Amino acid sequence: MKRLLGAQPIGWLFGAPYLVFAAVVFAYPLGFAVYMSFFDYFFTAPGVDVEKPFVGFDNYVAVLTDPAVLQSFGNVLVFLVINVPLTVVLSIVLATALNRVVHLRTFLRVSYYVPYVTASVALVGVWLFLFGGDGLVNNILGPLAPDPSWLVNPTLAMPTIALFVTWKQLGFYILLYLAALQNVPRELYESASTDGAGAVRSFFSVTVPGVRQATVLVLMLSTVIGANLFTEPYLLTGGGGPNGASASPVLIMYQRGIQQGHPGFAAALGIVLTIAVLIVALLQRRFAGGRDE
Amino acid sequence: MQRRTRTAVLAATAAAALSLTACSSGGGGEASDATTARGPITIWYSNNAAEVEWGKQMVEAWNAEHPDEEISAQEIPAGKSSEEVITAAITAGTTPCLVFNNLPAATGQFQKQGGLVDLSSFSDGASYIEERSGATADQYKSADGDYYQLPWKSNPVMIFYNKDLFSAAGLDPENPSLSTYDEFLASAKQIVDSGAADYAINPSPTSEFFQPNFDYIPLFAAQTGGQQIVEDGKATFADDAGYAVGDFWRSVYADDLAGKEKYEGDAFVDGKAAMAIVGPWAIAYYGETIKNWGVVPVPTENGTPADETYTFSDAKSVGMYSSCENQGTAWDVLKFATSEEQDGQLLEVTGQMPLRTDLATTYSDYFAANPSYEVFGDQAARTVEDPTDPEAVAMMQALRDAYTSAIISGDGDVKKALDDAAAKIDGLADQG
Repeated sequence: MKRLLGAQPIGWLFGAPYLVFAAVVFAYPLGFAVYMSFFDYFFTAPGVDVEKPFVGFDNYVAVLTDPAVLQSFGNVLVFLVINVPLTVVLSIVLATALNRVVHLRTFLRVSYYVPYVTASVALVGVWLFLFGGDGLVNNILGPLAPDPSWLVNPTLAMPTIALFVTWKQLGFYILLYLAALQNVPRELYESASTDGAGAVRSFFSVTVPGVRQATVLVLMLSTVIGANLFTEPYLLTGGGGPNGASASPVLIMYQRGIQQGHPGFAAALGIVLTIAVLIVALLQRRFAGGRDE
Repeated sequence: MQRRTRTAVLAATAAAALSLTACSSGGGGEASDATTARGPITIWYSNNAAEVEWGKQMVEAWNAEHPDEEISAQEIPAGKSSEEVITAAITAGTTPCLVFNNLPAATGQFQKQGGLVDLSSFSDGASYIEERSGATADQYKSADGDYYQLPWKSNPVMIFYNKDLFSAAGLDPENPSLSTYDEFLASAKQIVDSGAADYAINPSPTSEFFQPNFDYIPLFAAQTGGQQIVEDGKATFADDAGYAVGDFWRSVYADDLAGKEKYEGDAFVDGKAAMAIVGPWAIAYYGETIKNWGVVPVPTENGTPADETYTFSDAKSVGMYSSCENQGTAWDVLKFATSEEQDGQLLEVTGQMPLRTDLATTYSDYFAANPSYEVFGDQAARTVEDPTDPEAVAMMQALRDAYTSAIISGDGDVKKALDDAAAKIDGLADQG
């Protein structure tokens, strides 16, 4: 028994709430999603006996051959290519700057953080004011404004959403970097200064390596959050338009699983998306150098 | 590090899976044969102010006479849409006995879920529905020929226009030239070219499945003299009538007579568009800001007399849900709520048209006192409904995807896009 429960069995008691939480909120839904993906599944009223036949990999074949799904993966790739590097670069640069400012420090930090804690619906209104056809940006650009306008332009819709999400999430990532910056020894900056390094050289030689672990975290979080993109294309571009150019895999999951009553298809799409995110995360880990010290 | 990766991946998977399973838990009343049981029941009604007022008086009137079979009523719970709230409630077994807000296009899906009671199973079920709604009731039958919904009220959509903007554009506001596609396009061009309004008309250009109800389907119903977009398991719009409607709307967008971008607010109220495709609710809604308005039927290719023109119904039905224990009472309440007297109350309080055959004559006093509604009352006799197939939502999404691509964005050939959408719908019908 001691071998099973360890030297301090009471530890299990303290750990139990989290284990239950993890089982109910993570493990069960994950297992159930995998189960659903192999059936022609749909939600029924309690007590109703409806056949939900096993369909093997049919849902996966349907997902991987559906042009709308393939387009949505392409869309999210465009999103990630713009959003992730921009997030990393802007948040590390702004965090470094904010770490050094003396005056208005709190005001500036709050200013960057407010969009992150504000409801997307409210922020979408601001963005439409800026990037709508008659919006501020087009008024400033005049004849240089794109036609069709940003959010109804098949080429520009997804990049515009990527910029919006970058701006909205920036405050959170700046906070992560600000915390990481506290752990960079001041002596390193002093040594660099003694060796004649300027601000730019110090940034690349001391700051960037010093917050590497935070960078890996920001890369992975922004990728996972980006892959789960839903609210912004739904609200900003009216359900994934124009012509599906801003539809994301999660938006397709919502349409097929909830609106159209095919949760088996949606679950298969969710699993495919998860595997895709896993591959990207593994590549990021390998190439961003996130090994534990 | 490996552990962190696993955690992130697990979280992503769980988030994806949770969104699907959130409504799969729970228990509740089970579907059983309770068609003769009597006792208290619960109902939901829509949350717009006029319908709440109607609902409250209906419940009061019933409860006063039936102390042992009281109705507990509430507005439909808030959610992204009524259909999603009802879908979740069916799965959880928490649906009320009656919902006075069913979207007919979602009925097939609710039926497939085992959430609805077959109203034809009541001895006078089918006869009551057919007597009240006449031949129109046919459009509300499920694929098996039974009624899983009671067609309740319609909001036949027509073209509302702002007479002041028509005058400003040099058009005759009393006899607008909007009957044929050519006339409509010429008038629309004159409105935009004159600067009277940014757009002639501005239906929502977004991609939601229900948007065809307010651009393509009304004109298709008019062009075909009352055809649904799916009949007998086949899409009907891949023909000359369907292409003509598609070409018309493509011209509207190609000439910038309508906006390709979602308008935040109401373009008609704000004077940005001179016309709108709306139901009779618009009289009260727009009447506050636009005093000088007119209404005409939707256009057809060669023009159709107003008294022969069909349109989309924008109807709502009433569904009885299988979690209901006292279905005998629920059926009586359903008949009470759709009786001649209560339909009169509905008309009076909300301005929406009960789906009954003899509307104009039964409520002739109302229409005499409210002439603005008379044209909608007449139009209510010629309405066309969405399909009620279990795959109806997917079918409408297929049509919308083709529409946003070929018609709004102008990408590719209209005929091919509609043909492809029709083929997809035929495939979906085979699944249903």
